Amino acid sequence: MFTLEAQHGQLIHAATEAAVERGARIGGRLTDARALDPALAAVAADVAGDAAWLRGLAGWAGRWSPLVEVDGADGLRLDVTGVAHLFGGERRLLADMAERVATLGFSNRAAIAPTAGAAWALARYGGEAVTVGERQVAAALAPLPVAALRLDARATHTLVRLGLKQVGDLAGVPRKALARRFREADHPLDALDRALGRKAEPLTAVTQDPPPRALVAMKEPVVHPEAGTQALTLLVPRLVAELERRKLGVRELLLLGYRVDGSVAEARAATSIPTREPKHLARLLSDKAASLDPEFGFDAFALQAGWWERLDAAQDALVGEPSGEAELARLVDRLSVKLGPDKVRRPAPRESHLPERASGWVAAVASLSSRPSTTALGLRPGRARPNRLLDRPEAIAVIYATPEGLPRRFVWRRQVHDIARAQGPERIAPEWWRERSTARLRDYYKVEDTAGCRFWIFRQGLVGDGRGGAPDWFVHGLFG
Amino acid sequence: MPAGNAGAVALPFPDAPTLSELFAASPRDAGWAGLLALQLRPGPLLWVQERMAILEGGRVHPAGLGRHADGLIHVEARDARAALWAMEEGLRCQALSAVVGELWGDPAALDFTATRRLAVAAERHGVAAYLIRLGGHANLSGARQRWRVGSAPSAVHPFDGRAPGPPRWDAELFRARGRAPGHWIAGEGWVAGDDGSADLLPVAAEPPGGALGQEQRRLA
Repeated sequence: MFTLEAQHGQLIHAATEAAVERGARIGGRLTDARALDPALAAVAADVAGDAAWLRGLAGWAGRWSPLVEVDGADGLRLDVTGVAHLFGGERRLLADMAERVATLGFSNRAAIAPTAGAAWALARYGGEAVTVGERQVAAALAPLPVAALRLDARATHTLVRLGLKQVGDLAGVPRKALARRFREADHPLDALDRALGRKAEPLTAVTQDPPPRALVAMKEPVVHPEAGTQALTLLVPRLVAELERRKLGVRELLLLGYRVDGSVAEARAATSIPTREPKHLARLLSDKAASLDPEFGFDAFALQAGWWERLDAAQDALVGEPSGEAELARLVDRLSVKLGPDKVRRPAPRESHLPERASGWVAAVASLSSRPSTTALGLRPGRARPNRLLDRPEAIAVIYATPEGLPRRFVWRRQVHDIARAQGPERIAPEWWRERSTARLRDYYKVEDTAGCRFWIFRQGLVGDGRGGAPDWFVHGLFG
Repeated sequence: MPAGNAGAVALPFPDAPTLSELFAASPRDAGWAGLLALQLRPGPLLWVQERMAILEGGRVHPAGLGRHADGLIHVEARDARAALWAMEEGLRCQALSAVVGELWGDPAALDFTATRRLAVAAERHGVAAYLIRLGGHANLSGARQRWRVGSAPSAVHPFDGRAPGPPRWDAELFRARGRAPGHWIAGEGWVAGDDGSADLLPVAAEPPGGALGQEQRRLA
């Protein structure tokens, strides 16, 4: 028995069948139940934990249908339109659901109906598990109590007081008479119409565009580490066939492994241009598929597009040789999957004078198509820029300096460099609209030491600029 | 074409795409990068840097790469093994013009087999590969050419005597297949191609360096 803290003592949140038999009433007080049977055991309910677990279960229920919604505190709603035949019909699908959820250790009830309202009522108040068509639904709903219409407590109470105890009773009353008695928000006629499909159920998630998806269910749970790879080789051609039919290409691909214990293992790969090339897709995921951890065993796999774009039938080239652009995109995909998308990048110059800010980078997977502009401030010709930039400027120790302030000899990384030639300064002021008011300007010099090594050094600040003590010197880049 | 380059010849980098190994004279000397930027053909470029190479020698700075910044794909590899894998993966992509990989020190993953694999992949797919060694030693390698490149005092600046002028490099070819090694002081210059166009390439005045190299070879 689970209890909740309420204003006037503990309330019973949920109870086992045995507890109900011995007098526990859900929603009743714990003290009342204890008065009937002092042996009843009570545990504090974890509502947030239950909700989180239900969300997890909703992900796992994706094995049956791509459209799953959490419905209330104790229900899941699946849109199984066009799905049932994959499992051998509606009844087989229901049996499969009941069996698998029962394996997890939960009592459950499920129903399939043409409307969400009817399915909710039939699942909770019993009756025909599978119904098709309005007449059959009406017949199945008729013997159920009016509470099955999912009205609020007051409306249900009013109906019961009027003597309308079953859903079927409502059909006998003239609609006009009923319509007058209830306010708009919780109208029993609306609820009835929704349940019978005469009115659209606004809560029903209807997407015109379900994600491209391929599914394979195992007869027995598999714990073999090769299972992921084998499922992938099986699923890729099916997904590609669907993509071809719908003229789509994937940008993000997910391989989902559904485990027997209700958890989901996931492998994910992104592509830089939409693609439906089977060899490429299989190669992207093959490493990650092999490393999916089966734990207690997988009993289903799904290959699903996480993000997809339109891709018309196209021929790369006449002789079957892929074009340069597509080949580059594939290379970027492979590198990004293995090394991580933030390790494979393209330059994306920004409009800034600060060198480390101007040389921005973006993940190549995200921006292969957009060419960086070479006209950004940092890349304008006529400015000497080093071809190596240190991630953060390194301080140098100036041994002695010329009267103008430029070092003649400095130490960088414990090695002494004598400056033979120097060019500068190029003054770069701090970006006052972004930085703190104490940021100091930089004077950049291109210097060459006696051995010929060329450095890009800068002095941060000026003597007496009121933003700190004596200016420091830094190395920021190396010229080739 | 500037007249000053009369008699200058391009450095003998391989004509056909293959693997060349460049040893930096010192990890803090980026001279090799300037030489390489001139040598690379235009087109998409894969530049692989090991994490340690970034820390020691700095990250590639697109603003200083000129024409190569446009098609650049930069890869930051965790270690030498990942860097070598990324290079080999890049060499299989014929849309690239070249693959550059920078490794720090003498990693265990970089043995004769690894370099030989790179050389074979580069030749089979026609993508030039440049293996850059920062602070490494010239142990056994399958590279077709092995260079040691450092900065040399720059040429005279045309307008400002105190400023660094056009860069020059100290390039030593110490092992090559099918040609004599040599030692050159190279600068940038225009060289006429076969089709009459002129390319900006690292060039050297051939007689002192090349002849010396051959002389040494004969003596040895």
